[in-house]
Amino acid sequence: MTYQPQSDLGTPAGTGEPVTLTIDGRAVTVPAGTSVMRAAAEIGTAIPKLCATDNMKAFGSCRLCLVEVEGRRGTPASCTTPAEAGMVVHTQTPQLQKLRKGVMELYISDHPLDCLTCAANGDCELQDQAGAVGLRDVRYAAGDNHLGQAKDLSNPYFDFDPSKCIVCSRCVRACDEVQGTFALTIDGMGFGSKVSAGTAADDFLSSECVSCGACVQACPTATLQERAVVEIGTPERSVVTTCAYCGVGCTFRAEMRGEQLVRMVPWKDGKANRGHSCVKGRFAWGYANHQERILNPMIRASIDQPWREVSWDEAFAHAASEIRRIQAKYGKDSVGGITSSRCTNEETFLVQKLVRAGFQNNNVDTCARVCHSPTGYGLKTTFGTSAGTQDFDSVEQCDVMLVIGANPTDGHPVFASRMKRRLRQGAKLIVVDPRRIDMVRTPHIEAEHHLPLRPGTNVAVLTAMAHVIVTEGLADEAFVRERCDWDEYRHWADFVANPRNAPEALQPVTTVDPAELRAAARLYATGGNAAIYYGLGVTEHSQGSSTVMAIANLAMATGNIGRPGVGVNPLRGQNNVQGACDMGSFPHELSGYRHISDAATRKLFEADWGVALDPEPGLRIPNMLDAACDGSFKALYVQGEDILQSDPNTRHVSAGLAAMECVIVHDLFLNETANYAHIFLPGSTFLEKNGTFTNAERRIQPVRKVMTPINGLEDWEVTQGLANALGLGWNYRHPSEIMDEIARLTPTFAGVSFDRLDELGSIQWPSTAAAPEGTPVMHIDGFVRGKGKFVVTDYIPTDERTGPRFPLLLTTGRILSQYNVGAQTRRTANVVWHEEDLLEIHPVDAEDRGLKTGDWVRLASRSGETTLRATVTDRVAPGVVYTTFHHPATQANVVTTDYSDWATNCPEYKVTAVQVAASNGPSDWQEDYEALSERSRRIEAAE
Amino acid sequence: MSGTHDHLVYMANQIAANLAMEADAVKATADHIEAFWDPRMVAAVLSDGAGLSPVAAAAFEVLRGAEV
Repeated sequence: MTYQPQSDLGTPAGTGEPVTLTIDGRAVTVPAGTSVMRAAAEIGTAIPKLCATDNMKAFGSCRLCLVEVEGRRGTPASCTTPAEAGMVVHTQTPQLQKLRKGVMELYISDHPLDCLTCAANGDCELQDQAGAVGLRDVRYAAGDNHLGQAKDLSNPYFDFDPSKCIVCSRCVRACDEVQGTFALTIDGMGFGSKVSAGTAADDFLSSECVSCGACVQACPTATLQERAVVEIGTPERSVVTTCAYCGVGCTFRAEMRGEQLVRMVPWKDGKANRGHSCVKGRFAWGYANHQERILNPMIRASIDQPWREVSWDEAFAHAASEIRRIQAKYGKDSVGGITSSRCTNEETFLVQKLVRAGFQNNNVDTCARVCHSPTGYGLKTTFGTSAGTQDFDSVEQCDVMLVIGANPTDGHPVFASRMKRRLRQGAKLIVVDPRRIDMVRTPHIEAEHHLPLRPGTNVAVLTAMAHVIVTEGLADEAFVRERCDWDEYRHWADFVANPRNAPEALQPVTTVDPAELRAAARLYATGGNAAIYYGLGVTEHSQGSSTVMAIANLAMATGNIGRPGVGVNPLRGQNNVQGACDMGSFPHELSGYRHISDAATRKLFEADWGVALDPEPGLRIPNMLDAACDGSFKALYVQGEDILQSDPNTRHVSAGLAAMECVIVHDLFLNETANYAHIFLPGSTFLEKNGTFTNAERRIQPVRKVMTPINGLEDWEVTQGLANALGLGWNYRHPSEIMDEIARLTPTFAGVSFDRLDELGSIQWPSTAAAPEGTPVMHIDGFVRGKGKFVVTDYIPTDERTGPRFPLLLTTGRILSQYNVGAQTRRTANVVWHEEDLLEIHPVDAEDRGLKTGDWVRLASRSGETTLRATVTDRVAPGVVYTTFHHPATQANVVTTDYSDWATNCPEYKVTAVQVAASNGPSDWQEDYEALSERSRRIEAAE
Repeated sequence: MSGTHDHLVYMANQIAANLAMEADAVKATADHIEAFWDPRMVAAVLSDGAGLSPVAAAAFEVLRGAEV
């Protein structure tokens, strides 16, 4: 569409009973609590404004939005005047015109008149409003002013030019109200007032600013301006699409000039993000045009040879012949594929279809294996469906949040802002985490209870909480009797009530203060609407699935399921984890979580696809690697996933890959896995293709192509090319046809189509005849499985134990500015915040080893060792160390083990026994690997 | 753990341990393995069950019976 700014009604909507008033002779009815400004805007009357914007509370400082109200004295600000029944308002009178012009004249008298060369020319509210109030000249002589002040160019993505600032406080309020970081303030008073990031010694980069962009979006002038707009110019059109980073699934307007992306602006109508963004989605899209992106298919006979660029047709033909050769030699089950949670639903569906219909086996898995596979298992077992129960809006009705094994401000920052807003409104917070994550104590928020458990003891802590709830009579037995299997509940209640599960009895294991744990359990059970939010700190354990079921048990026992404000909410790591799981990426099930052994389901797919399907489950990713080492698995097609960097026990992964005869990597870059690949198929970014992503709240959202893929093909076309080279005869012309097939074969997607998504914006599955517009909250009248199932979750310690050689516990995670293995974010300016993985170590442990912040350290486990720099902090408990896995130079997964969740084989990333010691250089592994990478990435010069 | 076979035995024992509280732990273990394991993994353990816990071993006997 042609570029239009997003509409702005000035102030948030009210929520009261309807009231009718008259504005400029026209009647308008709005909810009580709505401002006169918004009421006017709703009938198309734009009252001039500068300090008001509709995602923040009214402020009433700019004095431009004055109106007259019959029967009242003065000229009140319309933004802070609530609409009332019978009110008669005038927005345009000679007096108002004079007042507004006078106010505007004062603003402009201290504003550079460089509109023609200003980056915001044509996209500036101050410029617009000067025109709206009819300002034609400025009478004031030159005097003291704020012109010529130095710009703050410290942030890599936006400039701060204080000479253009009108001190409307929109940026400060956005940082407070929308983002919740409180990094900005108005420093000084009167004429000396100025926007300040942090202390006088700070600039934006050194301040606590998290670069979410809310201030830039809020600024009505060019004071805070995206640098891309400065360099490229203002956009000329926009396309609404969905972010390709985390599982929040923010929707953005990709604002374009021709085929050049100028900026990503959070879409105010986006139901997941409600107009907010984080540093990744808002700014970190430069990887799409990074010089290291591979644009042509390449092949090589062995991994010690350089790559040779070939045509798409040659690449497809070679890949297909290799697959068929290997199947002929080693059997049809010797090949498989991996789908990606970074790719669209349509792409993922095609890859699993390629494996099942083309490879004729079920050796397909997804990177969700290594993150949220226990969520699928645990929630399907207890509730009957492999997904979270709520929408994000639900948090606004939550009274108690239990955050366990998640770090929302880093991993899911936009939803974290919504959580923090609710907490500032008075909701209570319980954090269960070995680290003192930011949410434990952040401006205007302090957790009621932080339970800093020993890594690996989630089940013990949750069972102890259940013990308190059951033994103190806090369970909602009426809910349980009505909604759950009562006998199973009694069996579970008897188990948790056993004294061995009391907080005091488990303290030696959990290290959690029993009194604090008891208080947390009481608050969860009795504090009103209680919701559990969890992440990979729950799933990536040897008892990951048990922990998910223990969470479900708690929610059911307290009746916190089936209405807004409560529920069980897995915070998905990557953008399409939910979708990749929904699409039948796991080896044991078809789309919609139906087991491959179910003959009726198989028959449905067989009729549609015209092939017979194997009724037996295939190999999971770790099993594929095991089988490769054993010689029975020889070829792998990997789309959009870098298993060498992301999966545990790197040595084992590399051994598995090296044992294969054909590894096909389909990705944007020559990633680490590609070091072991024989065929490389270049991928397209989310900006270059159509499709859908499904976020953590089951919300299916459109991904829209905003530019031509510079590699030539969208990813679904690449998979189709490979399929057709294998003789499958696919003929999809557009991803909408793939979604039609998904809807035809998947009952929970029955009502989903691209047309419906265009019409509704998004749909939360299940979308069925009974709920054609989707299902925001699940299990309202009953669980999908019928009766909710309580599962006894006995705590079984991991076999990964500390001892004299490895006395510390390593847990891994991520940081705000980087994403997963860093393939995208490392190729953006986000590296200014995190250019290397660091090892967090407690001061006591550091002192024992003679370490200080910045020292190189050797991190060793039973699996391997690496080196990285230390940072000494009490965010981690004594005995615990923490690092991220964003950088291949660190190879943090050389250290992690191949212990995994008992039910799903999700790796136990969160518990590795390690030793830390001073080091003076890279490990042998790092040096060898760097040499291998250099050799493996050679590309033959074009002839 | 070392070697694929040892890994499979370890996984089977882990499943059995975590399903020990089920009313019929042997059946629950067998059902889980049948639902989630590739047949070659099951076959590998059926051919050499050394190291299996009693419940896991019984579960594989159930699976062996189902194969016949």
